[in-house]
Amino acid sequence: MTVSQPFPRRHAAALAAALSLMLPCAANAGDGRLLATGGATQIEGSAGGGIVPWAVLSGYGTAGQHGGTAFATRVDTGDYALTSYGAAYAWDNRLELSYARQRFELGELQRRLSLPTGRFDADVVGAKLRLGGDLVYTTMPQVALGVQYKRQLDFAIPRAVGARDDRGIDVYLSASKLFLAAVADRNLLLNATLRSTRANQAGLLGFGGDRKAGRSLVLETSAAVLLNPQWAVGVEYRQKPDNLGFAREDDWRDAFVAWFPNKRIAVVAAYADLGAIATLDRQRGAYLSLQASF
Amino acid sequence: MQRLRFVPSLLLALILVTGCATRAPASSTYEQLGGAAGVEGIVDDLLNAIVDDPRINQQFANANILRLREKLIEQICAESGGPCTYTGLTMQESHAGRHITDAQFNALVEDLIRVMTDRGVPVGAQNRLLRQLAPMHGDIVTP
Repeated sequence: MTVSQPFPRRHAAALAAALSLMLPCAANAGDGRLLATGGATQIEGSAGGGIVPWAVLSGYGTAGQHGGTAFATRVDTGDYALTSYGAAYAWDNRLELSYARQRFELGELQRRLSLPTGRFDADVVGAKLRLGGDLVYTTMPQVALGVQYKRQLDFAIPRAVGARDDRGIDVYLSASKLFLAAVADRNLLLNATLRSTRANQAGLLGFGGDRKAGRSLVLETSAAVLLNPQWAVGVEYRQKPDNLGFAREDDWRDAFVAWFPNKRIAVVAAYADLGAIATLDRQRGAYLSLQASF
Repeated sequence: MQRLRFVPSLLLALILVTGCATRAPASSTYEQLGGAAGVEGIVDDLLNAIVDDPRINQQFANANILRLREKLIEQICAESGGPCTYTGLTMQESHAGRHITDAQFNALVEDLIRVMTDRGVPVGAQNRLLRQLAPMHGDIVTP
């Protein structure tokens, strides 16, 4: 059997980067934090919910420990599909480094416009520093400062529709807190993230645009109720800039169910409403994410 | 850019969920732990779990287990709203010099959750007890 298309070199690089991030797990990984306190992995590869990065760090390592996660996520709206996968690692519950590769399948848009390419790829390299606080135990929320360096790898079409740059850096400040026995005696997680970004559709359509070239400050929020230590349900909202003149960009939102059967596995299923994307309205569909922790 | 049109529905959802909490007044945490017998059972099971837990058992190697049992029963009874008064040392005094880590503190929390779950303590009562105990973290864990 022959492979019709050579394995793209840029995928090999992505895989190597992901693997090198996982290598430290061969050493003394720790799992001293409570179940689910590492959250899931959001689509850009940082520990968080589904679309919002939280102040929590990936894995279950606490002070003096380290640990990480690998994840794969797919969102399918019928017209488009996004696949994201990658890995994150955190040291001392202080610093998280992450990498994600995103593949945005243009599906219906390619058919309608007879586009020469069927997908956009993107890389996201992230770093997150916990500034202070503890998700569970301190009165102040856990607060973290993060950056996501993003590179869009198929920039010809985004450039043609007005995007300025193929790369950009998002900077965000997150505050997360778990309130014990807060809602019907269930634990409640609240998160607020303030992000400075020039990204169009999170960077999948490049950065900056003809309508607005500069940065926007956007708010992203999450609320989740832990039904018990293993199961959580929640909602998220992610405000987005609207930089491109050719098509409106909407905010994102989702409602999710998360399952943490143990400290090795997490599964998140969601229904995501991504609004209008590149002229196609009402992009809604299922979201599924698998996370392995080590 | 859209302006947070989702926030009202989020707030509504939260209000609806919290509404359930105010409509159905739960019996006291102490009762849901099983009263005096329940608290004693939880502490006995917890001490057994600690002995079996290699993450933390060395921290209790020199403990006076009978006294520890008595004080833990008092403490959990008092913190859950039961008719007891805690007469032991402060958390700071009893843990001074032990260099207790976050991981060890969380290990004990995990043992306590498992013991309560195995004994059929409702999740809500577990969460209320943990809410009472969580602020002790700062006095117990060595930063």
